[in-house]
Amino acid sequence: MPSSASRIFDPAAERLEPEKRRTLQLERLQTQLRRLYDGSHYYGEKMRAVGVRPQDIRGLEDLARLPFTEKEDLRRQYPYGAMTVPLADVVRLQASTGTTGRPIMVGYTRTDLEIWTQTVARILVAGGLSCDDIVQIAFGYGLFTGGFGLHQGAERVGATVIPVSSGNSERQVALMRDLGVTALVCTPSYALCLAEELERQGITKSDLRLRLGFFGGEFWSEIMRKQIQSRLGLLATDNYGLSEVMGPGVSGECLRQDGMHIAEDHFLCEVVDPETGDSLPDEAEGELVFTTLTRQASPVIRYRTRDRSRILTEPCPCGRTTRRMAKVTGRADDMLIIRGVNVFPSQVETVLLAFSEIRPHYELVVSRDGAMDQLEVRVEADGGLFSDRMGEMAALRDRLQRRLDSVLGLRVRLTLLEPGSLERVPGKARRVRDLRVW
Amino acid sequence: MTVRQISVFIENRAGRLEMIARLLGDAGINIRALSLADTSDFGILRLIVNRPADAEAMLRRHGFTLRMTEVVAVEVPDVPGGLAGVLSLLAAHQINVEYMYAFVEKTADKAVLVFRFNDSARAMDVLRGAGIRLLGEADILTK
Ligand SMILES: [Zn+2]
Repeated sequence: MPSSASRIFDPAAERLEPEKRRTLQLERLQTQLRRLYDGSHYYGEKMRAVGVRPQDIRGLEDLARLPFTEKEDLRRQYPYGAMTVPLADVVRLQASTGTTGRPIMVGYTRTDLEIWTQTVARILVAGGLSCDDIVQIAFGYGLFTGGFGLHQGAERVGATVIPVSSGNSERQVALMRDLGVTALVCTPSYALCLAEELERQGITKSDLRLRLGFFGGEFWSEIMRKQIQSRLGLLATDNYGLSEVMGPGVSGECLRQDGMHIAEDHFLCEVVDPETGDSLPDEAEGELVFTTLTRQASPVIRYRTRDRSRILTEPCPCGRTTRRMAKVTGRADDMLIIRGVNVFPSQVETVLLAFSEIRPHYELVVSRDGAMDQLEVRVEADGGLFSDRMGEMAALRDRLQRRLDSVLGLRVRLTLLEPGSLERVPGKARRVRDLRVW
Repeated sequence: MTVRQISVFIENRAGRLEMIARLLGDAGINIRALSLADTSDFGILRLIVNRPADAEAMLRRHGFTLRMTEVVAVEVPDVPGGLAGVLSLLAAHQINVEYMYAFVEKTADKAVLVFRFNDSARAMDVLRGAGIRLLGEADILTK
């Protein structure tokens, strides 16, 4: 295992005194707002509508006077409406991974790409990567920012990068073994999928050289981290990002695995009450809101991520001075409380993804039996969730049941359905039916 | 020599079996053998039909989750002890039977046993060695 006193990719930025960082943030924010007020039809209008001018923002605490940007606002600007530089200056387009409706297109200038690359390199080095590593990128390449984002960062660190992209677990595992891969980049659920494939092929940890894993792109629990670490024999760090803000690289854990260091010189992070929109103090859990400070082509002001987390301020022994964000616990808009336990449909999705390479259709049904709330998880059985052997099928069902119980922290009722049983509502995946009467 | 079997995931709701039978019938596909394994909340329907590829495509079009598997079919005399003889042979060679089902040929006094083995190749060697006739698709699907 690497020691926790690892290198820092950009010490000048990552170890900057917090006071100096705040000054830098304010300066960059004001520059950005002045540019957008006059130069961006979209953001200019938004600011004028609430009567805030750039000169009204005199300190970081004035940020709360700026209007939020919602996912839906950006979607309505499809494809280019929210971009703030001429297309001639845009050298790359990516898109949000929304499962519903039109995507949100985001652009990158050459400078944007450079900053993106650097922020990803920071989190990779923070998680232990060096030029001696051989990195397997099993994130999808394409419009989704995961593949290209991590690829660029790993190349910048000087590691040997294998751009396998996602899917075809059998080949992934063969490459992992044959090429002596030391670092794996993918979603946590795909990491579990690969662990299962390794076991299927009878390949053990000792046949591999894996030592580091960089996982992101979905919610995962500490329970999942423990499983991944022990089954793949690596140290797993979490990283966070979203294309509306930049892509991966917004934040990432260091080897302490205790909160993700935020690239605060490029992204201003707030936590707000998802109901009222009021700013919350550090350490309080709420919805993450990001403002980009340096992004040229697709800046966002107070972008509501719908992701729930909290900001950690306790200094980190690794020497980085940035604030950190705790693991994302779920989506702000669809949390259920069942027998006092917070349950997010995304947690269920993460578990299901580990059992199947294709995104399964599922729904959660909450009901009340006497005084007890019941959670039923209804899943359409697809290729990955079906076997012609009853024993295997029952074992699969049991494993899924146990995984759901342990990740959600409560006993659920699992029902397997025939494909096509669940209603498909165009444009929106209907995930939750709450039948409780209050 | 193996035979293709289609396994279909079905929920335990009334009418699903009938529905599949009707879909196959409407498409002019003959069911040669059928077995249903079920638990309290789901079932696996296993089918041997005369046109497996057509049946697979048709059921998939109707959204069923299914899997094509190779199974081993053998012919035994339809007399008491016919099945027991085959099973004890397999047991003697420590061959694990995942599941099995039988059907009787209408035209002959023979029964057909369908087996799913862990290790089909070894099982087939043992069966052949004991002089048991293995059936191919041509033997049972064209009738
Ligand atoms: Zn740290």
